[in-house]
Amino acid sequence: MAETTRKIAFVCSKGSLDMAYPALIMGWAALGNGVEVMIFFTFWGLDIITKKRMDALQLAPVGNTSLRTGMMGLPVDVGMPQIASILPGMTAVATALMRKKMAEMDVPPVSEFLQMLQDGGAKLYACKMTADMMGLSQEDFIDGVEIVTASDFIDMTEGAQIVFI
Amino acid sequence: MTAQVVSKQVALNEEGFLVNPAEWTPEIAEALAREEGITLTPRHWEIIRFVRAYYQEHGKSPTLRQITAELGVPTKELFQLFPKGPAKKVARIAGVPKPEGCV
Repeated sequence: MAETTRKIAFVCSKGSLDMAYPALIMGWAALGNGVEVMIFFTFWGLDIITKKRMDALQLAPVGNTSLRTGMMGLPVDVGMPQIASILPGMTAVATALMRKKMAEMDVPPVSEFLQMLQDGGAKLYACKMTADMMGLSQEDFIDGVEIVTASDFIDMTEGAQIVFI
Repeated sequence: MTAQVVSKQVALNEEGFLVNPAEWTPEIAEALAREEGITLTPRHWEIIRFVRAYYQEHGKSPTLRQITAELGVPTKELFQLFPKGPAKKVARIAGVPKPEGCV
């Protein structure tokens, strides 16, 4: 029996910083283990491959009950009061904190990470319908991104494991 | 006339990695690379030597990103030298455990 290569397709539908990294990290791990990787960006996930947005993704503390003061290096580890999260500048603070933590773990910024993935053989796709809806076209995306329809995606992912983020 | 033969027996774990990294020899690397369908070139050896030195210094295997960043090997080249799964293949051939880092 011929050996078939395992394939994983990630669907990135969210454009916040914390929702961008899971597919990038798991995709990179998959490439390192010899698994074929496809990443399909749709809706807000298009921000991840949009040149003007990709390195400006944010982490919003509003409604995020997992954010704790301990993450900010404070000695007392309690949940952030939700009322504080609506203060102006809190999103910037949370975003800067997460970027710093990721850099400490040697995780590269989104643009560099996508280049690594493409160099490792991952294929990146943008959803045509949502790109049209948001007025985005080929030149808004980084090199190597192919715009495809949902139907194309279904065809391409035959036999692949699909992870929706 | 001489003949070179692999005479040493080494224990591998269930994933095919050397149980004891100290037992590694260049000959073992050649044999493991052959199993992976890779013919080792000087560039492969440069990476293998780096991985072993890193392991000896830090007590753990470098991640792919540490190899590319610290040795200056482009990602594309690393994936060409050790196709289909360089993370596992590099570590296995260099006789060190699987890298623990995710990036």
